[in-house]
Amino acid sequence: MAHHRTPDVTAQPAATGLSPRFTSLLSAEPAGQADSVRAGDLEYLSDLRLDQVIEAVAGEREERDLVAGLFCQQVRDIDTLTYRHEVFRDLEDPDLFEVVKAFAGQLRQVRGHLGQLAKMRSARQREGWFLDAAVIYCDAVRSLAAGLASRPVASRGLLAFRDYLAAYLGSAEFARLAADTAGRRNDLAQVTYLVRIKGLRVEVSRYDGEPDYSAEIEKTFERFRQGAVQDYRITYRGWPGMSHVGERILDLVAQLFSDEFSALADYCQRHASFADRKIDQFEREIQFYLAYLDYIRPLRSAGLNFCLPELTADSKEIFARDTFDLALAARLVGAGKAVVPNDFELRDPERVFVVSGPNQGGKTTFARTFGQLHHLAGTGCPVPGSAARLYLCDQIFTHFERKEDIANLTGKLEDDLLRIQQAMRAATPASIVIMNEIFTSTTLRDARFLGRKVLQKVVELDLLCVYVTFIDELAFFGDTVVSMAAAIVPDDPARRTFKVVRKPADGLAYALAIADKHRVTYGLLRGRITA
Amino acid sequence: MKAYLLYQDRDFDFSGEFPPNSGDLIQDLELTTLLGVMAAGDKFLYGISERVLLTSLRDPEGIRYRQGVLADCVAEPDVVRELYAVAVGALEDKRSVWGFLSSQHPSSILAAAVRQLEVLVVRLRQLRRLADDHGGRFRSDGLTAFFRTVQRELDDDYFETLGRHLKQLRFGGGELMSAQLGRDNSGVSYVLRSGNGRPSWRERVGIAPRSVRAFTVGLRDDAAAAALSDMTNRGINLVANAAAQAADHISSYFSMLRAELGFYVSCLNLRGQLVTAGQPVTFPEPAASTGWELTCADLRDACLALRIDHVVGNDVDADGTPLVIITGANSGGKSTFLRSLGVAQLMMQCGMFVTARSFRASICEGIFTHFVREEDPAMVSGRLDEELTRMSTIADQISSRCLVLFNESFAATNEREGSEIGRQVVTALLEAGIRVFFVTHHFDLADSFHRQRAHPALFLRAPRQPDGRRDFKLVVAPPLPTSYGEDIYHRIGGWLGERDR
Repeated sequence: MAHHRTPDVTAQPAATGLSPRFTSLLSAEPAGQADSVRAGDLEYLSDLRLDQVIEAVAGEREERDLVAGLFCQQVRDIDTLTYRHEVFRDLEDPDLFEVVKAFAGQLRQVRGHLGQLAKMRSARQREGWFLDAAVIYCDAVRSLAAGLASRPVASRGLLAFRDYLAAYLGSAEFARLAADTAGRRNDLAQVTYLVRIKGLRVEVSRYDGEPDYSAEIEKTFERFRQGAVQDYRITYRGWPGMSHVGERILDLVAQLFSDEFSALADYCQRHASFADRKIDQFEREIQFYLAYLDYIRPLRSAGLNFCLPELTADSKEIFARDTFDLALAARLVGAGKAVVPNDFELRDPERVFVVSGPNQGGKTTFARTFGQLHHLAGTGCPVPGSAARLYLCDQIFTHFERKEDIANLTGKLEDDLLRIQQAMRAATPASIVIMNEIFTSTTLRDARFLGRKVLQKVVELDLLCVYVTFIDELAFFGDTVVSMAAAIVPDDPARRTFKVVRKPADGLAYALAIADKHRVTYGLLRGRITA
Repeated sequence: MKAYLLYQDRDFDFSGEFPPNSGDLIQDLELTTLLGVMAAGDKFLYGISERVLLTSLRDPEGIRYRQGVLADCVAEPDVVRELYAVAVGALEDKRSVWGFLSSQHPSSILAAAVRQLEVLVVRLRQLRRLADDHGGRFRSDGLTAFFRTVQRELDDDYFETLGRHLKQLRFGGGELMSAQLGRDNSGVSYVLRSGNGRPSWRERVGIAPRSVRAFTVGLRDDAAAAALSDMTNRGINLVANAAAQAADHISSYFSMLRAELGFYVSCLNLRGQLVTAGQPVTFPEPAASTGWELTCADLRDACLALRIDHVVGNDVDADGTPLVIITGANSGGKSTFLRSLGVAQLMMQCGMFVTARSFRASICEGIFTHFVREEDPAMVSGRLDEELTRMSTIADQISSRCLVLFNESFAATNEREGSEIGRQVVTALLEAGIRVFFVTHHFDLADSFHRQRAHPALFLRAPRQPDGRRDFKLVVAPPLPTSYGEDIYHRIGGWLGERDR
């Protein structure tokens, strides 16, 4: 029995040395060179529930560490953020998105295949599996190139890659790989053989048109067909996997079909390392975009908006329309519930939102939303909302109450004050502060006093801030402070709207109203019943 | 091969969702009594009857198709019950056969499937015999087509073919199979090939010499033996599937036959009880859903007729009126009439007879009930809240050409408010092309429709006899400004009486 050289699976993908310049999909500069700040204080991510979002965005994908890392980073460089915006804008095209996603899936499969070769005993099996990897690879790069060529692409990142890919596909090297691969695959697809098992003896021969017995049985009982029935076929484990007997049979099949199999062995030697390094890098980097778009897709289907925010580093006149808490929305949409979007806007000299009103009216959600938007803006991603202008801040500070801490009240208050002190010291005029219901464990008098002190400091530092409180009077703090509260429906004051709007804090008592609630008045009923 | 006893051209869907208002219909029309008698203690029949009863037909032809089959069943109850027994027996036999189709090994699946097929074929022969012996006596489209199909599909030749295959399948096969190369070159797409593992005739006579390569595995090589058995299993995978599915198909034929016949057997059960109780039973006349027809003579509440001896029937002519308002004495038979109407409409629209001397009504797209309910201790919200919630649910489900039966609705609040809500609801429904029957003691509500005459309406009243006794027959009469709670009060013995309600 002849020994065939098996493909070298440890070889790194080869660089093709083709000319068009493609450096990275994440920034115009080579990867890692951009001026970025690692989010050292991960605490604010969990206060804003962004840890959940990032966890879900990264998911189980192979590149989860890369993706999660990118989502924790705050990029301060507007050009890099714009570079990413461009790619996101291109990927808004659903066809292009699907093309890229399919490509990523195929390349993952190729890597999986190559990784499995080392575990295979049979050379014939290895060769088949290697060929399969190459089939997938050729199909993947071709589909990707066709997809990129047929869709309007405008981003610097994808344009550079498209050119690179076109040059690669046009190369003689790829043409050879593709032709060889298709030829071998086609040879093997023609092979059909018979196995006859007689006790311990196994005979292998070429197939010669013997009829299918299961078809005869089906035909006989055809007349009783009553619609769908259970499928009793046992699903056998897929590839790769082969017993010793299977290997011996395969050897005999290779003898019966010797032309096909010797061509295959030659093929494997010739194309031992077929994958291109740049294409591989593209596939890893695109995961950042795919992961986020995959995450927000169900939210968009549920009618929620996402937009690429306008970014400003000097003006603090920010706004967002139809925005929402991303973590909460994911949960609500998952449970089939409605998400209530909110708007916010600051016009000079406004800097601070003081949010007051009844419990569970959406105050905390509003505060989180504000923080999430600014963090996400620093990653270059689309943010929740139909339109937004956001401030490119240098740091985000959050202070949210932790339920588990309540046991030790005096200790907690002190901790709270120390943490606020830390934040106020570290904050610069370019920072954002988000505080939620601090001092609830103190007396009203303390809370009022400390709240004023915090706001004074915030105003003094000219910080952008959201301050959630149950103390109405903090909402009246001069022209830098905007008072926000939960909106009510005049006809049904009992309903919680979860809508937070600009309005004076009033601590209104909610009266219960039943009329119209069930929508069975004449007018409403007429509208509801379809003819 | 289909039974098609409930629809001319399709199976009844016994697995679908019940219509969303089913729960209310069962509760408000007290259908459990009716279904209990139909089932005669058989849980399966109860379930079948419930489903058929609540899945209303909407075309007169479909209703007449079932009426025809049911009339045949009434004429030949013994044959029908025997047919039913064959179907029941087939399914019991199949269950009692040893072996598991759920095995992970095609060889076990095949063995179990063959055993099942063998017992099912015995039942198919019985079916054929019944068709040969009695088929000629049936007149309805449904049953004549059924017997003809049995005789055509299950002819003698076919039974012979079945026998041959069952014998062949008993061997289990597995010697000769074809395969192709999978993505890693391992064997895939194993297909069992005919030929009993013997060399083909061409090879044996030497006109098609083929190179055969072979090897033999070691006697004690367990791994190899396991691999071969695995391969054999893969080879018979498709055949085992085909045989198991054939067994399933035949038994689902019997399942459908049992279910569809089960409905008619249940109707026979009910009819027997009603006739014994001396109740009138007749096939109703379904009219097109485009009009507002309703004429009946001696209409009785089937459920009540099954429970008590003396039941009074009502004669009503409400042709052309989308609105019928029933007022009058408490315990005067208003609710009973409303129920008798709802039950008769349901029975008509599933192809059954009704409890009346005659009954003719427009088919409706859906029947809804909004009955006053006893206060539920688990109920958090108030009674009016609960009533309006139910009304809102109905609004979500209802459409034009439906029928709503209101029984003392919106009485949870005072008359002024209750009447106003009722007026708005009823007006909206009528304008949407919905038929409304409303039992109320809100004079204000009833009277406003009587005075306005914006919609054609019929006013029925439960009268009070001079001696204070109730005659349960309703009369055509406008609403009266008083109700009759007073006499009930006296009859129950005032507030100190036993039956304090």
